[in-house]
Amino acid sequence: MPDQELVTAPAADESGRVEKAASAAGRGPSRAARLLDSGAGRNLGLVAVLVLLCVVGVSTADTFATTSNLLTILTSASIIGVITVGVTFVIIGGGIDLSVGKVMALASVWATTVATQSYGPWVMIFCALAVGAGAGLVNGLLIAYGRIVPFIVTLAMLITAQGLAERISGRRSQIVVDPVIAGIANTRLLGIPLLVYIFAAVVALGWVLLNRTTFGRRTFAIGGNPEAARLAGLDVKRHTIALYVLSGLCCGIAAIMIASLTTTGSSTHGTLYELDAIAAVIIGGTLLTGGRGTLIGSILGVLVFTTITNLFVLNNLATEVQNIAKGVIIVVAVLIQTRAQRTST
Amino acid sequence: MSDSSALARRGFLVGALGVGAALTTACTSNAAAPTAAGTNTAPAAGDNAEPGTPVTIGFSAPAADHGWIAAIAANAQAQAGQYPDVTLEAVNPTNDITQQIAAVETLINQGVDALVILPNDGSQLTSLGRRAMDAGIPVINLDRIFDSPLAYRTWIGGDNYGMGVSAGTYIGTRLREAGVANPIIGEIAGIDNLPLTQARSQGFSDALASFGFAVGPRQAADFTAQGGQRVTANLLQAAPQLDAVWNHDDDQGIGVLAAITQAGRSEFFMVGGAGSANAMREIKADTSVLKATVTYSPTMASSAMALARLVAQNRGMGDLVEKEVPTSITLASATITKENVDTYLPLGFES
Repeated sequence: MPDQELVTAPAADESGRVEKAASAAGRGPSRAARLLDSGAGRNLGLVAVLVLLCVVGVSTADTFATTSNLLTILTSASIIGVITVGVTFVIIGGGIDLSVGKVMALASVWATTVATQSYGPWVMIFCALAVGAGAGLVNGLLIAYGRIVPFIVTLAMLITAQGLAERISGRRSQIVVDPVIAGIANTRLLGIPLLVYIFAAVVALGWVLLNRTTFGRRTFAIGGNPEAARLAGLDVKRHTIALYVLSGLCCGIAAIMIASLTTTGSSTHGTLYELDAIAAVIIGGTLLTGGRGTLIGSILGVLVFTTITNLFVLNNLATEVQNIAKGVIIVVAVLIQTRAQRTST
Repeated sequence: MSDSSALARRGFLVGALGVGAALTTACTSNAAAPTAAGTNTAPAAGDNAEPGTPVTIGFSAPAADHGWIAAIAANAQAQAGQYPDVTLEAVNPTNDITQQIAAVETLINQGVDALVILPNDGSQLTSLGRRAMDAGIPVINLDRIFDSPLAYRTWIGGDNYGMGVSAGTYIGTRLREAGVANPIIGEIAGIDNLPLTQARSQGFSDALASFGFAVGPRQAADFTAQGGQRVTANLLQAAPQLDAVWNHDDDQGIGVLAAITQAGRSEFFMVGGAGSANAMREIKADTSVLKATVTYSPTMASSAMALARLVAQNRGMGDLVEKEVPTSITLASATITKENVDTYLPLGFES
């Protein structure tokens, strides 16, 4: 009875929050509280952190506010950003995907083998997407029908993908000779790198899918309470598989992007991306338990991390200082975030 | 006339080449044809070419996640394959120190005749090296050095400080010739926690200081193409004008060069590190900012295997006066430029 899903799936804004029963008691939330409770309101904390970082940037480095530097930040954010879109879906749907970094590495390796490159760029792109989606499908099937917890399945996929990537590449960087793929990272439209457009397109499509379609509403419903969703007639298993395929597909897109940006396919790509993506999702305000979250928050999270890295390199700070500061900033961002949420409720 | 000098002269006359000399042959002639893709071996020469007592050599190295480490394993295997009197017992490569300890312990228990070990971390494997030596198994310590000389019979490795000196000297000389007064010199290091990175950086800044120059923007990447791209993209923003850059590692350098191309920068020249084949091809083509690289050659693994055989068979090195293999051999870090790249290209390892 698929049509019933539409009726039973609760109306949700980007946060997936259902209108509270408070109105039943005769008192709706105040206008200010409603504003703060909107997606934008909850992301205020992150916006504040970003603004703060920009202020620090402008006051410590002459080149921070230049167009080319801002485009460098956006380009750096684009690959982990695309991956984070997929991870956000999976986490809102109540799962976790630890395999993203190495699935991307595997897809990049597959797409850049000599054999694949000799068939040209479209075959390379197809291979990357197929490997990404295929890995996602395996994850989804094992989780939905194998009834293994997502943490274990995707951890196993991480290790397997790493091994496969090493085996296929012979543990060597496979250099991209195809001019089309190599050219993606060098192409600019209206002065903006093509990679940034790809990132923006993935975010826009992801936002529409999450907030304006039945698929998105079902994702929130299943993440919030899978049993209730099942009783309400949703095909939870099929939807779970779709979420992991989506995440894998994002890895495939990211694989082509990183192959172009670094001009290599390599088993070392994407190391710790799973943690970076999850960190961005969490500081973006998405609940790790699922059912609630925003895509824009995750993207802001990615931008915060990328800006920090940029800021530190501009000021020529050592890696260990960068790591300490990153840790502190994660905590501060989440503190501001939770405070903003508390005042809004 | 003492035996040793007679030996030495004969060695010289017949061109009996020790490992180091054999390597030179490999550099300058086609005598040592690579036995497998991307590997370099040296034929046993002179008296040492004669088959000796059959020996079993155990080999343990980190898992390859990098072209250089991959070349280390391939070279060791290929060199061992050159000797009819050597049986190689290679244990599975791993990046987990506890697994490497377990694997080497197995080799010790098997009673191999010699061990060639490239430890994940020299300090953490020192006590194990000591145990092998105590058990009468000579250990050839490859590259990352053990804490105690009691833990190895012979150490052979590259010269990290020397790499920095070579890179700094090339950059300093070139900039001085160009008459640049206050150059901005960037440095993209490997992993900062590693002693080898610190030694490379120290050598680099010492060499630059002798020209009156200093390192400007300096950032560490992580020996990967991805890290090299990310760090360089940001570093180029930090420095709108550069005169020279030293990148510690050619594997990482693929990403570094990609970032430089993407930023459309070409006002400076770059020096690489380690001597990968693709970096050498890039230098030869002379179409990018990469003008030189300083070697840290994985052929040291072939040499280590040859040394292990000699040590296990109680032989010396042909054209040295000594009757025994020395305790320490440091490879020189050569500077490869367009002028001499053809000489070194056969030694390059594929990233």
